[in-house]
Amino acid sequence: MAYSDKVIDHYENPRNVGSLDKGDESVGTGVVGAPACGDVMKLQIKVEGGVITDAKFKTYGCGSAIASSSLVTEWVKGMKIEDAMEIKNSQIAEELSLPPVKIHCSVLAEDAIKAAIVDYQKKHGGA
Amino acid sequence: MTVKTPIYLDYAATCPVDQRVVDQMVPFFTQAYGNAASRTHAFGWTAEEAVERAREQVAQTIGAEPKELTFTSGATESNNLAIKGIAEYLHEQGDHVITVVTEHKAVLDTCKHLERQGKRVTYLPVDAQGLVTAQQVADAITDETVLVSVMFANNETGVIQPIAEIGKVCHDRKVLFHTDAVQAFGKVPIDVQAMNIDLLSMSAHKIYGPKGVGGLYVRRRKPRVRLAPQIHGGGHERGNRSGTLNVPAIVGFGAAAEIARQGMGEESVRIAALRNRLRDRLREEVQHVTLNGSEEHVLPGTLNMSFSYIEGESLLMALKDVALSSGSACTSASLEPSYVLRAMGLDDELAHSSLRMTIGRFTTQEEVDYVVELIGKHVTRLRDMSPLWEMVQEGIDLNSIQWTAH
Ligand SMILES: Cc1ncc(COP(=O)(O)O)c(C=O)c1O
Ligand code: FES
Repeated sequence: MAYSDKVIDHYENPRNVGSLDKGDESVGTGVVGAPACGDVMKLQIKVEGGVITDAKFKTYGCGSAIASSSLVTEWVKGMKIEDAMEIKNSQIAEELSLPPVKIHCSVLAEDAIKAAIVDYQKKHGGA
Repeated sequence: MTVKTPIYLDYAATCPVDQRVVDQMVPFFTQAYGNAASRTHAFGWTAEEAVERAREQVAQTIGAEPKELTFTSGATESNNLAIKGIAEYLHEQGDHVITVVTEHKAVLDTCKHLERQGKRVTYLPVDAQGLVTAQQVADAITDETVLVSVMFANNETGVIQPIAEIGKVCHDRKVLFHTDAVQAFGKVPIDVQAMNIDLLSMSAHKIYGPKGVGGLYVRRRKPRVRLAPQIHGGGHERGNRSGTLNVPAIVGFGAAAEIARQGMGEESVRIAALRNRLRDRLREEVQHVTLNGSEEHVLPGTLNMSFSYIEGESLLMALKDVALSSGSACTSASLEPSYVLRAMGLDDELAHSSLRMTIGRFTTQEEVDYVVELIGKHVTRLRDMSPLWEMVQEGIDLNSIQWTAH
């Protein structure tokens, strides 16, 4: 299968690979997927004053999954958490020109950012 | 070290056609282009002679008589003809077929077709190495069994089944024995007499011949095997398979078989040495690798390994200058990981992390070494990116986590 240039770029030069301290009060962590399905995504955000100031990811999955998570970390930096909550997998899939069989990789990235936000909100007595 | 890229390590999928084979084929396109069935002129006689020579060359590779060989369009057709042809011809004798869960789809889907027609099929399980035993076959045979079909060597793992032992069981119980020998043919010695094989499928493109041509061996003596043709028409190939013979391709098949037979001893030693080097060096360079299959009962050129905590397609993407394949779901249209590896009891995670590397006639040691380094480098890079690797480093047992399967 041929990959789009954007997928290849994110795969070869992934942005924001790494981890934040998950014990930190200002950090939200989302882990979604399952090894048995061939994809696990860990996405973390650092929130200051309702704004995402940093984001990191680690992904076990295909090139499209790696690219989707890399792209999302890039997008959310500087976003308000309410806005980050609105990110749709279709936007990710469109930006990366993912073929239909790879749509679920972008769904995973959407789930991961949502899970990270929910985790942050829980730490702060929300949602 | 200079190696030319791309590097081809997917010889189990197909091979380049050997130049010596091409040279023998060429005249049959433009000069000796007769129809092998034309009895009235020299064009036809020349074509027929060439076909009969190829028949001899192929038959010799497996210890068969030329008359026992039917040319087909490839092993998919051979498997269909053998399994449907026997089940149909012997329908009054019984309605039961035995095969193995790790067979190629050309066998499994054909068996599924028989089931839809009301026949019964037993799919034998395999052990952790991918092997079945003759005892399993013996235990599954009933009075209704008309055919046992067990592949000679597996296309994903290279694992070689105990064919002679299974052949003996079938012979003693008077049940016909078919083997899909596509991967083994021309690579390891095959003797249809000593191994009690009644039907055997082969394909030219896995032995440096052209695509779209293959053969089915059908035993003629002790016992005389008859089957119901699946393609009807002018009665070519003793009525087993109608259709004008593809003379240039058949000539190429014969030439490829001849080269394979004559060079087999030397070539299998050279290829096995390269495969072992690849296997051993990968074990040295990369932690947490597992061999899928058997180290002992295996084809010379096949290597299937899992690289834990990284997903196969992402590794393939990194190895873009190397042609190989993965058992990962992400590479398949169905998004299911390899059914062969799963049947061997592999965790889904390891099946997703598997690579199949197959070495062939034109592989060099420089290529092997280059690939080892490339894989080592990218496995490290991808593990640094892998949440699973991170958890394992932190001492977390991955099985203790409640994953959100989707
Ligand atoms: C074990 C096995 N059986 C059957 C086939 C099908 O052969 P062909 O490509 O000649 O139809 C293949 C090749 O893909 C194979 O590896
Ligand atoms: S992670 Fe499996 S297809 Fe993307």
